[in-house]
Amino acid sequence: MSSNKKYWKSVEELNENSSVVEALQQKEFAENIPVEDFLGDKQNLEDSKTSRRDFLKYVGFSTAAASLAACEGPVVKSIPYVVQPDRIVPGVADYYASTIADGFDFASVLVKTREGRPIKIENNDLSKFKGGVNARVHASVLSLYDTKRVKRPMIEGRNVSWEEFDREVTSALDNASGDVVLLTQTFASPSTSKLIQDFSSKYGNVRHIVYDTVSEDAALNAFQAKYGRRALPNYDFSKVKTVVGVGADFLADWQGGGYDAAYAKTRIPKDGKMSRHIQFESNMSLTGANADKRVPLKPSEQKAVMSALRGYIAGGSSTSDLPSNIDDAVVKAARELRKAGSGAVVACGIPDMEAQTWALEINEALGSQVMDTSNARVIRQGNAAEVMQLVEDMNNGSVGALLIAGLNPVHTLPNREEFIEGLKKVETVVDFTTRADETSEVSKYVAATPHYLESWGDIQFNERSFSLMQPTIRPLFDTRQFQDTLLKWAGNNVSYLDYIKETWSSDFGGQPFSKALHDGAFEATSPVAIAAGSESLSGSRSSSLEDNLEGEGFELSLYTKVSMGDGQQFNNPWLQEMPDPLTRASWDNYVTVSEADAEELGLENWHDANGGLNGSHVNLGLGDTVLKNVPVYIMPGQAKGSIGLALGYGRKAGIQEEMQTGVNAYPLYRNFSSVQKVKMEKTAGVHEFACVQLHNTLMGRGDIIKETTLEVFNTKDAHVWNKTPEVSLDHQETPVTSPEVDIWESFDRTTGPHFNLSIDLNACTGCGACVIACHSENNVPVVGKNEVRRSRDMHWLRIDRYFSSEESFTADLDKKENIGGLGSSLSEFGELEEPAGNPQVVFQPVMCQHCNHAPCETVCPVAATSHGRQGQNQMIYNRCVGTRYCANNCPYKVRRFNWFNYAQNDEFDYHMNNDLGRMVLNPDVTVRSRGVMEKCSMCIQLTQKTILDAKREGRTIKDGEFHTACSAACDKGAMVFGDVNDEGAKILEKKNDDRMYHLLEYVGTKPNVMYQTKVRNTSEA
Amino acid sequence: MKKVIFRHSTSRQLLLSVAFLFTFTLSGITQAQAAQDATAQAEAGQEAAAADDGGSDLGDVSAGKELFNSLCAACHKPYSNSIGPALHGVTERRDMEWIYSWIKNSAALIASGDAQANEIYNEWGQTAMPAFPQLSNNEIDNILAYVEQPKPEPPAAATAGGEAGAAGGSGGVSTDVILGILVFVLAMLLLVLFLVNKTLRNFADASGIVIPEKPKRKPIYKAFVENQFLVLVSSIFVLLAVGYFAYGWMMQVGVDQGYQPIQPIHYSHRIHAGENQIECKYCHSSARVSKHSGIPSLNVCMNCHKAIAEVAPETATEEYSKEFYDNEIAKLYEATGWDPATRTYSGEEKPVKWVRIHNLPDFAYFNHSQHVTVAGIECQKCHGPIEEMEIVYQNAPLTMGWCINCHRETNIRIEGNEYYEKIHEELSKKYGVEELTAAQMGGLECGKCHY
Repeated sequence: MSSNKKYWKSVEELNENSSVVEALQQKEFAENIPVEDFLGDKQNLEDSKTSRRDFLKYVGFSTAAASLAACEGPVVKSIPYVVQPDRIVPGVADYYASTIADGFDFASVLVKTREGRPIKIENNDLSKFKGGVNARVHASVLSLYDTKRVKRPMIEGRNVSWEEFDREVTSALDNASGDVVLLTQTFASPSTSKLIQDFSSKYGNVRHIVYDTVSEDAALNAFQAKYGRRALPNYDFSKVKTVVGVGADFLADWQGGGYDAAYAKTRIPKDGKMSRHIQFESNMSLTGANADKRVPLKPSEQKAVMSALRGYIAGGSSTSDLPSNIDDAVVKAARELRKAGSGAVVACGIPDMEAQTWALEINEALGSQVMDTSNARVIRQGNAAEVMQLVEDMNNGSVGALLIAGLNPVHTLPNREEFIEGLKKVETVVDFTTRADETSEVSKYVAATPHYLESWGDIQFNERSFSLMQPTIRPLFDTRQFQDTLLKWAGNNVSYLDYIKETWSSDFGGQPFSKALHDGAFEATSPVAIAAGSESLSGSRSSSLEDNLEGEGFELSLYTKVSMGDGQQFNNPWLQEMPDPLTRASWDNYVTVSEADAEELGLENWHDANGGLNGSHVNLGLGDTVLKNVPVYIMPGQAKGSIGLALGYGRKAGIQEEMQTGVNAYPLYRNFSSVQKVKMEKTAGVHEFACVQLHNTLMGRGDIIKETTLEVFNTKDAHVWNKTPEVSLDHQETPVTSPEVDIWESFDRTTGPHFNLSIDLNACTGCGACVIACHSENNVPVVGKNEVRRSRDMHWLRIDRYFSSEESFTADLDKKENIGGLGSSLSEFGELEEPAGNPQVVFQPVMCQHCNHAPCETVCPVAATSHGRQGQNQMIYNRCVGTRYCANNCPYKVRRFNWFNYAQNDEFDYHMNNDLGRMVLNPDVTVRSRGVMEKCSMCIQLTQKTILDAKREGRTIKDGEFHTACSAACDKGAMVFGDVNDEGAKILEKKNDDRMYHLLEYVGTKPNVMYQTKVRNTSEA
Repeated sequence: MKKVIFRHSTSRQLLLSVAFLFTFTLSGITQAQAAQDATAQAEAGQEAAAADDGGSDLGDVSAGKELFNSLCAACHKPYSNSIGPALHGVTERRDMEWIYSWIKNSAALIASGDAQANEIYNEWGQTAMPAFPQLSNNEIDNILAYVEQPKPEPPAAATAGGEAGAAGGSGGVSTDVILGILVFVLAMLLLVLFLVNKTLRNFADASGIVIPEKPKRKPIYKAFVENQFLVLVSSIFVLLAVGYFAYGWMMQVGVDQGYQPIQPIHYSHRIHAGENQIECKYCHSSARVSKHSGIPSLNVCMNCHKAIAEVAPETATEEYSKEFYDNEIAKLYEATGWDPATRTYSGEEKPVKWVRIHNLPDFAYFNHSQHVTVAGIECQKCHGPIEEMEIVYQNAPLTMGWCINCHRETNIRIEGNEYYEKIHEELSKKYGVEELTAAQMGGLECGKCHY
């Protein structure tokens, strides 16, 4: 039976009168295709220059050309020197000792150069002034190759020659109506001080004002009032038995920094003893994170703590109005300090002259051998009162000429509007600057100055230690040193180098110039009187903490990050991408808020669908100044009622667009006081962080971090606090290290070197110098904020930071062990994910563990990763096809995949995308391309070089010759690298140490990287 | 990119040997004889001429030549300026007594305030001439006798004759002739065969013999096509052969063995390393200590070429004339900014852009010092007979297989190297061998060359 069902293809068909349906019955398309229009116009077709044939010809030609080109290698040109300098042998690195002194970082360094270009900064072991070679100093070599540097002298934005520049400026200076003011960074240079005096005597009405972007004014005033010199006490932390820090981040940039190396050495338990560290602070700082006991306190309470400490130790009022639990902590701290006697020290970071004076008094009362006031530090000389006075004078019109050197006051001054107003009233403004910045934009004369790696100089760290700065490359641009310019303007025609020799009368600590220059550093035989420094005592104008804490709101502590410091190297992609040790966020600054305050204000941090961290925005208000839309990071350990914000961010002028990150906190830096009272309110909007660690707690996983207390460490056997994991073999618990449970066949590694790396969790402060050193040694690419947010960061070496969920990690472990039943596990595991209000913190550097039984090697389908006899797990880029199986099978998650070409790619416009920036690349290490896996190679290029040097000289290798970039950068001695087949090597000692354990040992990977159990000194006196 | 013909190409060898044979059997002997005679005569002529001049009143020319070469030649040339002035004609320019005292101690003469001495001292950039107090007046006479010889005319005719003879002897030109002869002989043979055939057929016709017709067979290609088994087998063979050759061809993509680019300055390793026996590492000094062998900087060239502005006539070859080589030296002077007339540097330097011949990819690490200093390998092992190369080419394929093979075959050199003592003892015991190869030492590990 036939059906009379009618099928229709569109609604149109239901309409019987539709013309479309009719048309479609006849034709394929409802409307005419304009073929005629297109091809019918003969004229049009003939006019076209490309015929179909031509098109085919082009296609054919390009295909043929491409395939031909693929078969032929490119012609490579080699251009040798016409006259080769004696010292340069192509392919062999030269080292020069020099000194960084940019006004914020002062350190004696060793510069590695290849074919005449600096490629890496290392520690100068010959310098008696230890420390200070931090992440920023390591990264400073890249700032040399910054494309945004000022390339030549300019007058009103017009490029001029130095002759014209000199002519114009000297005539302007001669005719200056009013004072000539030199506003400079701290140079800490005897020759520069002398030179400025010469300059003053030539022009007569010269004032020299030193301005530290991040001020130590209160401490300087206190020292000056007490000892009559404008300087800071020097601390020898290697003598520390007990240290109490009050708001002092002395492992980072406190009073010029560089104290962490000596501190770390006292943290390694030796003969059952180690130093004890108690910290009172508001922000969770690097120092607080390393403390044995940390008490979170608002800055106002910190001053009360100082007052109480002074009462308990130095006498005076011995009562305090502190809450009893805090008072108890202070009493105990005071007792411990007294007990430690000469090995005790109090470090105070409160921006308050009174508190700083108390600190000096306490240390004197303790008879502290740690504090040395006879050999004072001179690397901070800024005078806040004078800077304030200058701004007033400028606005009065009494300043005729302003010479700014090494500073960016338009950006960094809290009262920048006033300063800019004042600048307009100054006839002659000369900005001596390396980088184009906010100040050079508004200055009439811009004198291009070279980077420190292109300059000469003599630096005084303290009253005994000196260091020389020497150029390691010919100036890249048409620049001239500030000192050379000043010499010229002072009418002196000698070069600054000769001037330095003249200053020292060629006696550099009893050595000739050449020896001092070779060593880079020298010691004066007797203390040298402090150079420069203003005479006028300005304590009266110094603001007190109480002034800055008036009114309502949160107590804000402004701090500097180990990555960015005062923000001089803001255009440095290595530093931008370096994760903060504590928040693990890169490419940003943010307000750190305590959990409790965040809850009150409804501030949140949460994870986006792609895993990235998001945060709320707040406005920060201080008087009329409002910082808008500052992202919030909820920080465990932040004292309630206090917030923190990093200085140094938010620069725009002369900064590549990709790197214009963060907010400028300097407008809140009123009176150069790092503590302020600000109003905080939540605003709309979501901030996207680029955070590299999204899980903050260990949840009682004792196989990752092993830790114990000094008491247990001293009294119990190693297997109690450092138990080797056991697995079941025939229902017998067997240690995972025993050969019976090993299903792998082991290679014989007893011949030749077998490299091991030991990382001491006690000595590691988490400073991140190794991260940057690794970056620079191994050509690790910078991937940018978006990629970091997608967890595609390329760091070969990361420093994991863990917070405890309970009061301590051991409490976490107990809690995990005691979880029983479903209900308990559901709730308590959840709880373990949340860090405590004042957690314990631990840092753990993790790089490729170079497993002897490597899981990555077995899964590679093309054998692109294999094991060497020397213990290194080798990654062969040219063999890798990018399956990423290895990364998936790695229990330590240390393999990094090149999702893109990071070199010469406009999408990643960082240093590897320009000729200048690529000069920093290490020629001994391949620049990886897209689609290959990479990871830590244990610096095989360095170990191979050491071996080859020994072979060539026909000798054996001594212990200490082998090193990796990270172990060489670690001045704390936390990383020890060496050959375990060498009897008597330090690394062998570490391997046999009771504290030694391997990361995730139960996996049975037999790593060649080992860790030393963290020991905390919790014993209270 | 130009690829050189393979050095040991069989066809070339065959051709050469045939040519060689022919020249010797046919005309070689006589021609070579003639050539030898010609050279001998030319030399004799020169000697005779020299002897004639030696009779000059100054002294013994041959003794003078010896002294000149040992003492003076470093700075002086007889007929052209060098570090010092040209000496020919000096006896006319200066008084004999003055010459004696100048040569014996020029500094003293200058110090004494002698006008002539000071003039010449200043003219030549105040370059002091060493004192030669050991020379007697007689010996100085001999030297002067040598330098005062008239400049010899280039012995053009004799040389030309010699060259022609030498060419015949080496068998370069006559290959064409021989080939012609061979072709002619072959043609003659064919002609003879045809004629014989034709004559025989004529005879057959004449004697009435009928040549039987061959039965028509199936053409071979048809038979082949019908046999399917054969087709199958042969197509498999063809495919295999194509695969084999295609693989071989593709494996050489990117292998630039024989790469011989034209360089901006025609630098002949044959002259420097071959004829003059200059040690490789004199110029490529960084090969001893660095990963790079180093292209010598031009100041190294100028160590010698300050004094050598032109090549000796004997250096010229058929292919490259003396003028050609002199011109190349002029290019060096231009690059360094050296003015040979005033013997000063103008300061205008033009770095030379050499074309790099040995190109390893960036991901392969190679260290010259490891091979040259530690292993003591001759440069020629990888770079080939560099001392014979007029233009350098890439001798080795520089493939990974080539590296690996060598590492497998080469024993490490442990003599006098303390580094190897312990490790060699332990490893050789482990492997049960007397001497370890580089491979056994760990020279096959990927990470040793790729990082």
